[in-house]
This record gives sequence, C-alpha cells and structure tokens, in this order.
Amino acid sequence: MDLWVRHLLPLGLTLLLVLMEAMPTHLPGFAEISPLLPLIGVYYWSIFRPDLLPAVMAFFIGLLSDIIMGMPLGVSALIYLLVQGTTASQRRFFLGKPFVVAWCCFSLVAVSAIFLEWALVSMLNGHLIPLPAVLFEMLMTVACYPLFSWLFGRAQSALLRDA
Amino acid sequence: MLKLLAQRFAFLSMILISLGLMLVGKADGVLVERVRLAVGDVVAPVIEVIFRPATAIANAVNGVRELASLRADNGRLREENARLMHWQTVARHLDVENQALHAQLNFIPDPDASFITSRVIGDTGGAFVHSMLINAGSRDGVRKGQAVVSGETMVGRIIDVGLRSARVLLLTDINSHLPVMVEGTRARAILTGDNSDRPRLDYLSPNANVAPGDRVVTSGHGGVFPPGLPIGVVSSVQDGVIRVEPFVHRQQLEYVMVVDYGLAGILPSDVSAAADSREPSARPQGPEH
Repeated sequence: MDLWVRHLLPLGLTLLLVLMEAMPTHLPGFAEISPLLPLIGVYYWSIFRPDLLPAVMAFFIGLLSDIIMGMPLGVSALIYLLVQGTTASQRRFFLGKPFVVAWCCFSLVAVSAIFLEWALVSMLNGHLIPLPAVLFEMLMTVACYPLFSWLFGRAQSALLRDA
Repeated sequence: MLKLLAQRFAFLSMILISLGLMLVGKADGVLVERVRLAVGDVVAPVIEVIFRPATAIANAVNGVRELASLRADNGRLREENARLMHWQTVARHLDVENQALHAQLNFIPDPDASFITSRVIGDTGGAFVHSMLINAGSRDGVRKGQAVVSGETMVGRIIDVGLRSARVLLLTDINSHLPVMVEGTRARAILTGDNSDRPRLDYLSPNANVAPGDRVVTSGHGGVFPPGLPIGVVSSVQDGVIRVEPFVHRQQLEYVMVVDYGLAGILPSDVSAAADSREPSARPQGPEH
C-alpha cells in the first residue's frame, strides 16, 4: 500500500509542475517566457523510472496541461508523448553517465520539443507566433533543469530506493 | 514480443489521438469545450489552494518594496489628486449638462453595467497563449464575450466559462481582434494581438493621422463592448505598423472586473474564441491575411 503511494511520486511531481506553470508570478515580462516545467518532469522520469511514468501518463499530463494553459488541445499531449517515447527508448545511454550529459541531451530535447510546439501552435492559429519569446522560453526551460533534476534526484533517493 | 508490439501500437494510437484532438479542437467541437470547462472547474480551486502561500509571500515582498517608494508615491499622488479634483468639478458640470441635453433629445441611454470582481488565479500559456484564469464562473454570472477590465481599462474578454472559473483572452493574444478607435480623431481600426507585449493597430483608414501618444479606446462596434473604454496609447508608428502600448500589463493583474454591459452583441452563445473576428460589421474593408 505504502509502496503504491510512493510509486505515484513521479506523476505527482510532474503534475505539480503543470500547476506551477499556471501560477501568476506578477514579475514583469516573466509570463511570456516562463519555462515549460512539465517537460523537465517528463524527461527526468522517462530516464530514471519510465515504469512509473509511462507513455499513457505523459499523454494525459500533456492533455491536462493543454486544458489548464488554454493551448490548442492535443499539442502538449503530443509533445510530452514524443519526449517520453524518445527518452525512455534511449535511457540506457544515460544510466551511469555524469549529470552534464543528461543536461546537454535535455537541452536538445527541450529545443526540439518547444520548436515543435511553436510550429504546431502557429499552424493551428494560422499566424506565426513571434520567435523571440519562444527562444527565451527554451533558454529558461534549459536553465531550470539542474534545479528540478536535483530536487527529483533527492525525492527519488529518499522515497523510491526500493526498486 | 507481443507486449512490445502492443506498446508500440498504444504509442502510435496516442499520437493519432493527439493529432485528432488538434483537428477536432480547431473545428470548435462543443464536446472538446465541455471537457475543457469540466477539467478547468476541478483544477481552478486546486491551483488556488496550492498557491495561496506563494501569493502570501509575493504580497509580503511587494509590501516591503512599496515601503521604499512610499514618500515619492505620496508626493506624486497628492499632486495627481489636486489635478483630479479639478477634473471632478469639470466632469460633474459636464454630467449635469449632458443629462439635460439627453433629456431634450429623447436619447436612449446605454444599459447600466454590472460588475463581478474576481481574482486572477492562473497566468497561463507562456509564449504561446496570452490568457488568464479567474475564479468566477457561470454561477457568479460570468458569460462568454463579456469585457474584462482592470480599473477602467480594458484588458481582455471572456472566452471560456466554467461553473466556478473562466478564461480571459488578453488583448495581446494572437487570437484577439478588437474594434477600437483613436480617441482624438475617431479613426476606427482593429486592435490585433500578436503575442507580443504591444498589439498592432490594423485596418486603420489610410488617411487617418496617428502619432505616438494618441489614446486608443474601444469603439463599441459589434455591440459587445461599450464605446470609450480606454485600452492604451500608440507607442510607435514604423513602416506602416502601428503598435499600441496597453495601459495595463499582464503581470500587474491581480483582481479584474468582469463587466456585463447588458449588450447582447454579436457573440453567439456557444461558438468559441474568435467569434467577434468573424463578425462582418466589426470587420472593416480589406481581406484578412
């Protein structure tokens, strides 16, 4: 029973990131470039515990994120699904490698994911979304990775050591 | 082996489902909208409770910051107050005169407005969508298409209404098109958001003279918003692109008012988002591009 609850940790933390994204920060200019936090969760757990954050969950996290963000439905769902799929299939490559490798690969994933998001949203709107804010969103997302990755690492070693 | 095949199949079908959802959502599916609203209603109170501590901390920080500028603010406000007192006298005088003239002309007055004040609980969408969640919904009387103002300034309009939450589309969003006019010259235009801080003024008649510093207000065409709600000032005129600096910025919004002006307008009740951009009378000459 206890183990079952602890196994919800990756999902719970990623959902928390979805909600955090919606938090009004009241910082000038921040809202437009706020990082795509749930991507960090999906990426991290796809490497370290893909059994606890399978593709279905990534899909539903994306769907929820679309609904909360007011994005065209399906965009984040597709993106998180693809990130989960690619990362989980390459996870053996990351195990035992230093943190910097994971971070570099994350920046690659984040840039491609947000670029895809940009293309999809622009297409669905019929207008190009201005790129500068999108580029800053990529930078912010990549810059936030170490902090959240560290927090997830602590949570993982404290609560998910069993398996 | 079989399991792997099943996984592959599930993965592919989820990809197809997301693509399908994009198409269905694009076609304004009523079902998609219902799902959106139902989930929004569940999530809104959760966001509100989880981030109450964060809001408290932000408020405390703000309080300290405000202390620093208290003296300067006080002086400035005194000055402004003196100036406004003068304007109040002028306005009272004009109001009386206006009423008298209205009475003589059998003028049909605009219906009275009613307000719902609501807290902003979510600032969402990052670089892609400029919208906000507020904690008032249909049970509080919020309806789709109503104007959202902060003080007296227009900030956006309601695009989705759930039972206890609603989504505000800000003027800066790429899907926002609003009939406006330049206050001094009464030249009409459409204020079009493009996800930047400063929306564009489109379809302005070619012989209209616009200079930076001109005030832009709602024109009331389309019958959704009353005329004369302030929006912002023209900030730049460059290569025929006119940009408007809104009076209120996204990050400043903490409480907003949803205003019911009693104007039925042209918004059909269950067609979403870009409804007013499809309205022919609000759209001036010239093709959409």
